[in-house]
Amino acid sequence: MAKLKYGVVIFPGSNCDYDTFYVLKDVLKQKTTLLWHKEHDMKNVDCIVLPGGFSYGDYLRSGIIAKFSPLMQEVREFASKGGLVLGICNGFQVLLELGLLPGAMLRNKNLKFLCQFVHIKIENDKTSFTHKGKKGQVLKIPIAHYDGNYFSPPDAIKEIKKNNQIVFRYSDANGQLSEESNVNGSVENIAGLINKAGNVMGMMPHPERASEALLGSEDGRYIFESITNSIES
Amino acid sequence: MSNTNKTSKARMIDKKILEEHNLTEEEYEKIIQLIGREPNITELGIFSLMWSEHCSYKSSKVHLKKLPTQGKNVIQGPGENAGIIDIGDGLAAVFKIESHNHPSFIEPYQGAATGIGGILRDIFTMGARPIALMDSLRFGHLSKPRNKAVMEGVVSGISGYGNSMGIPTVGGDIYFNDCYSLNPLVNVFALGIVEKNKIFYAKAEGTGNPVLYVGSKTGRDGIHGATMASAEFGQDLEQKRPNVQVGDPFMEKLLLEACMEVMAKDIIVGIQDMGAAGLTCSTTEMAAKSGSGIEINLDLVPQREEGMTPYEMMLSESQERMLIVAKKEKVKEVQEIFSKWDLDAVIIGHVTKGGNLKVKFEGKTVVDLPVDAVINLCPVYERESNIPSYLQSAVQMESIPLPENYSQTLFKLLSSPTLAEKEWVYRQYDHMVQVNTALLPGADASLLRIKNKKKSLVITLDGNSLYTYLDPRTGGKIAVAEACRNLACVGARPIGVTNCLNFGNPEKPEIMWQFQEVIEGIAQACKTFNIPVTGGNVSFYNDTEGVSIYPTPVLGVVGIVDDMSNAVSPGFKEEGNSVILIGKNKEELGASEYLKCIFNMEKGLPPQIDLKEEKRIQEFCLEANSLGLIESAHDVSEGGLAICLAECSFLSNQKIGFNLDLQDEIRSDALLFGETQSRIVVTSKNQNFQKILDLAKKMRVKAAVLGKTGGDRLIISLRNKKIINIPVDEAYLAWKQAIPYIFQIK
Repeated sequence: MAKLKYGVVIFPGSNCDYDTFYVLKDVLKQKTTLLWHKEHDMKNVDCIVLPGGFSYGDYLRSGIIAKFSPLMQEVREFASKGGLVLGICNGFQVLLELGLLPGAMLRNKNLKFLCQFVHIKIENDKTSFTHKGKKGQVLKIPIAHYDGNYFSPPDAIKEIKKNNQIVFRYSDANGQLSEESNVNGSVENIAGLINKAGNVMGMMPHPERASEALLGSEDGRYIFESITNSIES
Repeated sequence: MSNTNKTSKARMIDKKILEEHNLTEEEYEKIIQLIGREPNITELGIFSLMWSEHCSYKSSKVHLKKLPTQGKNVIQGPGENAGIIDIGDGLAAVFKIESHNHPSFIEPYQGAATGIGGILRDIFTMGARPIALMDSLRFGHLSKPRNKAVMEGVVSGISGYGNSMGIPTVGGDIYFNDCYSLNPLVNVFALGIVEKNKIFYAKAEGTGNPVLYVGSKTGRDGIHGATMASAEFGQDLEQKRPNVQVGDPFMEKLLLEACMEVMAKDIIVGIQDMGAAGLTCSTTEMAAKSGSGIEINLDLVPQREEGMTPYEMMLSESQERMLIVAKKEKVKEVQEIFSKWDLDAVIIGHVTKGGNLKVKFEGKTVVDLPVDAVINLCPVYERESNIPSYLQSAVQMESIPLPENYSQTLFKLLSSPTLAEKEWVYRQYDHMVQVNTALLPGADASLLRIKNKKKSLVITLDGNSLYTYLDPRTGGKIAVAEACRNLACVGARPIGVTNCLNFGNPEKPEIMWQFQEVIEGIAQACKTFNIPVTGGNVSFYNDTEGVSIYPTPVLGVVGIVDDMSNAVSPGFKEEGNSVILIGKNKEELGASEYLKCIFNMEKGLPPQIDLKEEKRIQEFCLEANSLGLIESAHDVSEGGLAICLAECSFLSNQKIGFNLDLQDEIRSDALLFGETQSRIVVTSKNQNFQKILDLAKKMRVKAAVLGKTGGDRLIISLRNKKIINIPVDEAYLAWKQAIPYIFQIK
């Protein structure tokens, strides 16, 4: 067995830190550790997870202050060396603020917080985060956010598409893209995005909330199992 | 005392000042008698807060004694921040419900948000990590723009605070009635879990132990919040706005995490949150509970504004603050943990002998009061009560015609806001964070797994105020019964109750009568079901411009499912299952949503309830559940049998329809839409329905097979003649779109 170890970062205001920790450690039985944002010690982890929540209250702009946390210097370096980084919800927002992923988040199109199960279609199954699934496969995973309306200008979107960086799109249960299934109003129905190098992914839906049958879906496991698999092999 | 002029015969405190502090002449005399002199203005402020209805329960105390509070699993009954029940495995459930009605009317967003903040502090102050929130909301009819704005603000406030804290809001209830137009109700419930040997109390023990102030700085917000919540509103509502506190959920999240970390170590003696009545309440209560005294120096209190007077600092209700009595030798360790979370933990005083609260400011003693007088010696009132005059005519029902088109009537009911789908509300709440929510909002009750344990907790809120308005005692009984029935549907036994009692002005005899009757009803039901009341909250003075709300008790009940794999949800599971009604149909139409919605009539006697029969029904449901005989269960409540059945269809994953036949020879409107109690609709697989009927016979409850699930239509026949026949999709849309549609119209 490989030495795989996940590290879940705790920012002040993170609130899915322990959920993610629980799912990785107790449900998926992976070696997992918590990382305090003020430290500089990455504890030799193989994959960094920036969890959901409201880092620093998200008063100014979602994820903007977390960008300045001491540990983020190490995370940047880790990412630049090809280390795997997964940002979930607020973690995705932090990755945008760090500039590790392109674009920005706007308020949901209905201007309300949205917590619900959604369907997302796998657009790119060649990544370290999705290869356990198949292109076109639809996953049922919940979202819970206020600012999940992804935006990038047309030129940048062209670039993103050219590089096959769109990993997930909001769709209906049959994989059809529509205005209705694009609940937060994201450009191109984007629900998940990867960097060009393919080692940093952000997604608004919460895979940790869909990793146990009793919570209504186990589709989130595709993501964690893909990561585990890519590091182990 | 510097501020007290003993030589002057004229009182320092005149009538006007007393009125501003909501104290009567008699109460003021008693204060003088207790402390042997006139209080200064800061001291008067302290008495006014702690002797307010909100803090002292002076009008309700004598009646609340009737509620059963004992039980073998009760670790903490009423009187602390929250009630605590032993749930086995070394764990305890900590829960409480509170009202935040008055602030939520004045400033809906902040009023509701700080309500959430307050109830969460009540839970984690006791050492428990909050795992769930629920809200019981009551608004005026949504045809009025103001009511819509209040609802929108309240829902955003709950969402804004609860979501940020990472505590899932998993359920609750919402009713609409014009009696809440000028007095909406926002009752918030929180549940936490604690290890039995790690419970903390509001203690101030050990002379010389340091008193620490942690959390937000003190500002002028919320001054007199508790006294505001103890008076009627008049036209001067806008002027009350500064009385509402402003919430900072991020600060509270830090406080929660820091407190949890501190409480995991053996380094503090006691802890109390500064909720309503701020520094005053926390210092006096902690000292009174331990028979000690506290001395603090206001110059050391972190302040957000300049030039605050002792009066303002003692009465401020700035949110997200805690008072901690630390172990003297461990105080550094406490401070280090708070500093890790970027929070100040400032020593502002220490525990003293002698039982007085002593407050210093700029070198002078500005308060010196015996805490016993402040906390325990508030006058208690047995207020006059009288049967209300409205009742005689209100319970008389005019004759009403039978519906011409039952399908249309069903559509109309499904799209009435009280009965319609509340997804518009709950999808604004993060109801899944903490990954424990096993039943999503919309079910009879919320099911929360306990990680790495077989058992799970089930919670629900209930309270139909139209019932309590028309028959307070019966309404009180039904509130308890229905909440317990909701739990039984999921497969849970009730273990404890918390209640929030929202009433008008208790100085009015008819309000007092309603209160006594409701308490009597709740007490009888709790005794029958053998569940202890572990605390709650009384909110009086829900009157605006002389109009009182309907008496509105809200019952929060916590239950346990021993084996989570047995838990059952309300939606149909598959086509071809038998639909079985447990319980009797009776001709009861009074106080129904049907009358209100179709005939605009709030009249008649509510359905009556036989508590013993109710108990048998619930026990039957639990037994059938544990034998694995039922696939789904949903209780019949507002809107009656037809609504209940439609919901079973809507809540099924595939929107399964049904084809049923009713045989009862009672008025058809009462049969379909009447709200007769003690009824549950269950479904079973074909091989099990006979077993259910046999079990019902054995347990002396009525059970009737109504037909089968299946198809894409809702079909109900009355003695073999179809009277309702509509496509599921259309009915579902009417139910689902009703509330979003109302909010689309500007």
